[in-house]
Amino acid sequence: MTREATIPAAPTVRGEVALRGLSKSFPLQGRLRPVLRDIDLEIRAGEALAIVGPSGCGKTTLLRLLAGLDTPDRGEVLIDARPISGVGTERAVIYQEPRLLPWLTVLDNVAFGLELRGVSHAEARARARRQIELVGLGAFEAAYPRQLSGGMAQRVGIARALAVQPEILLLDEPLGALDAMTKLTMQEELARIWREQKVTMILVTHDLEEAIFLADRVLVLSTDGSAPTTIPVDLPRPRDRNAPEFVAMRRTLMGKFGLH
Amino acid sequence: MTLEILDSPRRRPASRRVLPPAPPLRAFLSRYGLVIGFLLLWEAASRLGWVSAAVLPPLEQVAAALWDGLASGALVDDIAASLQRAGIAFAAAVGLGIPLGLLMGQLGPVERALDPLLQLFRQTSALALYPVFILLLGLGETSKVFVIFWATLFPILLATIGGVKEVDRKLIEMAQSYGAGQLQVFRRVVLPASVPSIFVGLRLSATTALLLLIAAEMIGANKGIGFQVMNAQYNFQIPLMFAAIFLLAGLGLAANGLLVWLQRRLCRWSLDQA
Repeated sequence: MTREATIPAAPTVRGEVALRGLSKSFPLQGRLRPVLRDIDLEIRAGEALAIVGPSGCGKTTLLRLLAGLDTPDRGEVLIDARPISGVGTERAVIYQEPRLLPWLTVLDNVAFGLELRGVSHAEARARARRQIELVGLGAFEAAYPRQLSGGMAQRVGIARALAVQPEILLLDEPLGALDAMTKLTMQEELARIWREQKVTMILVTHDLEEAIFLADRVLVLSTDGSAPTTIPVDLPRPRDRNAPEFVAMRRTLMGKFGLH
Repeated sequence: MTLEILDSPRRRPASRRVLPPAPPLRAFLSRYGLVIGFLLLWEAASRLGWVSAAVLPPLEQVAAALWDGLASGALVDDIAASLQRAGIAFAAAVGLGIPLGLLMGQLGPVERALDPLLQLFRQTSALALYPVFILLLGLGETSKVFVIFWATLFPILLATIGGVKEVDRKLIEMAQSYGAGQLQVFRRVVLPASVPSIFVGLRLSATTALLLLIAAEMIGANKGIGFQVMNAQYNFQIPLMFAAIFLLAGLGLAANGLLVWLQRRLCRWSLDQA
C-alpha cells in the first residue's frame, strides 16, 4: 500500500487525491461557523479511506467538496496533481439514498450517467447491462425503482456509479439507510468492488465497524476544532469482524469518541 | 462472483388483478350500482308522479330526444360548435401554460415577480370578467373562446409551476454530479418529473374548460350544447334540455377518460398518483 506514495503523480497512477488547506464555513444563526479548517491530506491512488466523526463534524461537507458539488472557502482539492473545479468525469458519487429516477427502468437508470457523458444510448445500455450483472440484479433490468427493496435500489445506484468507470468513488453513508442484514451483505459487496475495480474509495460513514472493515485508513474529524487524525487499519484482507485485531481496532476507534 | 440477493422486492406493481376476481356481475354492481340506483330513482320519481313528469321527464323520453337530436343532426352541430370553442381555448391554454409554467418553475425571480399577478388573476372569477371580455372583444366567438382560455390557463400553469418546483433537488444534484448541464438536467430530470403534476393540471383544466364553455354559451350564442340547454328550457322542451345536459356529462367523462388513458401511457412509473 505504501509503494504508490513514493511515485506521486506518475502517469500510470490515477485516482490520487490531495487536500491542501481545505476550509469551509456555513452560516448558522447569523454567524459563520467553520466546519472544516485547513484540512491537509494525501490519499493514495487505489486507497480506501473512511471518514468518520460525530454529526456536524463536516464529513459530508468534505465529501461534497471532493465531489465538486460545493466549493471550498479556502484551499483546494487536487486530483492526480491537478486542482479540480466542479464535478469531473474521474469521480462518481454514491449517496445515502439511491437517487434513482423513478421513471426509468433499472437498466436505463444505470445507463443514465453514461448517457450524460455522451455515450450513445445503445452502448450505454450494453455497458449498463454488464454492471447490473456485476451487482447481481440481472433479473431486474426492466423493473422500476419503486418495485425494488432498499438494498436492491442501492445496488442500482452503485452500478450507475461504477458504469462510468470512475477513478475515485465517493460514498456518502451509502449503507446508512439499510437494515442490518442487508448492510453486512453490502459491505462485503463494496469490499469486492473496491478490490476488483481498483478504484480510490472515499467513504463517509457513522459506522466504525464499517470503516474498519473497508478502509486502509480512517480519518477522524471532530467538532471541537481540533485537527483531524488519521488512523491506519493494518489488518489483512478479507477482514474478519471477529478477529481479535479487528475487535481491538474497533475499541481503539471507539475510544477516540469517548465510547468504551 | 455476485452475492446472493437476501432482500426480496419490496412489492410488485400495484394491480387490482392480484385480488381474486370477483364474479363479473357483482364487480359491475359494486362499481356502478349507485349510478343505476340513481337512474331507477329518477324513473320512479317521474313515473309515480313524485315530481311532475313535465319537469323531470322519464328517461326514455330523454333518450328519445337525444336520439332525435343526434339523428337529425341538430345536436351534432351543437357538439361541433362546443368542441371547437372548448378545443381551441384548451389547446391555447396548454400551449401557453405548460411552456410558461416550465420556465417560471425554473426561474425563481421570474416566478416571484409574476406570482402575485397570477394569484390576483386566478382569484378573479373568469365569469366576472366575461362582461369585460365581451366589451373588449365583442359578443362573438372570440370573447367566448377567450373566457374559456382565461379560466383554463391557470390550473395548467400553476400545476406545471408546482410540478417543476417540487422536483427532488437530490435527483438534480445526482444528474449534475454526472456532469449534466442545465439543459440536460431540464430534459432528463425536471421535465419527466413534472409530467404527473402537469397531468393533474390538464385534467383540472379540461373540467374547467367545459364548465366555462356552458356559461359562455348561455350568453349570446346561437349554437352549442350550453345554448341548447338554455334554449330547450325557454321552449319547454325539457327532454331535449336533459339530453343536452347528459351530452355535457358524457363530454366531460370522455375528456377525462382520454387524459387518464394518456397519463397511464406516459407515466406508468407513477401509477399510484394517477
